Amino acid sequence: MAGKPKLHYTNGRGKMESIRWLLAAAGVEFEEEFIETKEDLEKLRNDGVLMFQQVPMVEIDGMKMVQTRAILSYIAAKYNLYGKDLKERAWIDMYVEGTTDLMGMIMYHPFQPADAKEKNLALIIERATTRYFPVYEKALKDHGQDYLVGNKLSWADIHLLEAILMAEECKPDILSAFPLLQAFKGRTSNIPTIKKFLQPGSQRKPQTDEKFVAIVRKIFNF
Amino acid sequence: MSGKPKLHYFNGRGRMEPIRWLLAAAGVEFEECFIETKDYLTKLQTDGSLLFQQVPMVEIDGMKMVQTRAILSYIAGKYNLYGKDLKERALIDMYTEAMMDLSELLMSYPFQPEDKKEQHLANAVDKAINRYFPVFEKVLKDHGQDFLVGNQFSRADVQLLEILLMAEECKPDILAKFPLLQQFKAKTSNIPTIKKFLQPGSQRKPLPDEKDIQKARKIFF
Repeated sequence: MAGKPKLHYTNGRGKMESIRWLLAAAGVEFEEEFIETKEDLEKLRNDGVLMFQQVPMVEIDGMKMVQTRAILSYIAAKYNLYGKDLKERAWIDMYVEGTTDLMGMIMYHPFQPADAKEKNLALIIERATTRYFPVYEKALKDHGQDYLVGNKLSWADIHLLEAILMAEECKPDILSAFPLLQAFKGRTSNIPTIKKFLQPGSQRKPQTDEKFVAIVRKIFNF
Repeated sequence: MSGKPKLHYFNGRGRMEPIRWLLAAAGVEFEECFIETKDYLTKLQTDGSLLFQQVPMVEIDGMKMVQTRAILSYIAGKYNLYGKDLKERALIDMYTEAMMDLSELLMSYPFQPEDKKEQHLANAVDKAINRYFPVFEKVLKDHGQDFLVGNQFSRADVQLLEILLMAEECKPDILAKFPLLQQFKAKTSNIPTIKKFLQPGSQRKPLPDEKDIQKARKIFF
């Protein structure tokens, strides 16, 4: 038995990607078992290892954890990436929920019908630049520190970096009005564990393409 | 200044209801400021009260908290309704996340267009009976205790009761095959703070009617 966390998901970003980021940033090695076909998913369900018949599922510390946020919260707390007290935790939670909403929009974009894609992309860019990024830019401006909460690296920072990179994939100059976020991106990308994760050959997954959309639709039936 | 938490939302259940439940269950008195018009929502957005321009927003302990999950986690943490350690917290989180998924299905039902309503309801009921309720029934069966996690009252129990009642509103006999959930519902409803919240005249909100739905559409959509 490896003792390493074991991730069960498709071989793509989806809802598991934030979990990969957090484990990697925390310097935790993990294994992955990929669901390639509908039958793979059925087998997991029939084996009774998916509490609510859904993935992501992460085997960690003797548990078969499901529900993305539950998994992320557990990892963040275990590896001291969740602030030092209840109030810092509250801020981290609020910030993470914002980046979750933004990344959720980006994640579903490839699955939109063709005639809705352009409008959807415009909405993503609008939300990123008018609703979400201004908040994080202001947070960094107000305290002048390197990290979002408590002058210390937390889950909120890792999640924000992930969101920034995903948003840049939608529009390369999307940070043009946000100098502090640009600096944040530069600094945070250089944290050794994160730098490693951003290298080719890591367990970070590539952007979702047409081919992957088709696979996902087949496996999950939608 | 009252020091009580102040809830900003429209006068209906929506995403604020689990927060009302949790505060009430914890025995915490709270005030509410209802958003009745789009103009008032715009005012909140432009005066910088809403971190991401959205409600729910709860003024609590000097913070203007937003994001339902963040708010629920803070309240649960503050009032010792979040288990005793990381592993109990993990279980509570897994259960409550699933309950929120089911709640989304149930909550959005009145807002569906007429021609989609029946199918939506059928799907919600199917998920409740086949995906979610069996898990919680089994949890209660396996440990034989009154509460879902750690033999202690937690936010998971509060949310489960809320969900059971919402589900029964959609289909009154939905708990027919779940004797332990029926028992859980009865026992948990009798916890004094919860019993009080279930009484008429409390801050618990009713099912939305046609008028509420139209109003919500105007303000939010």
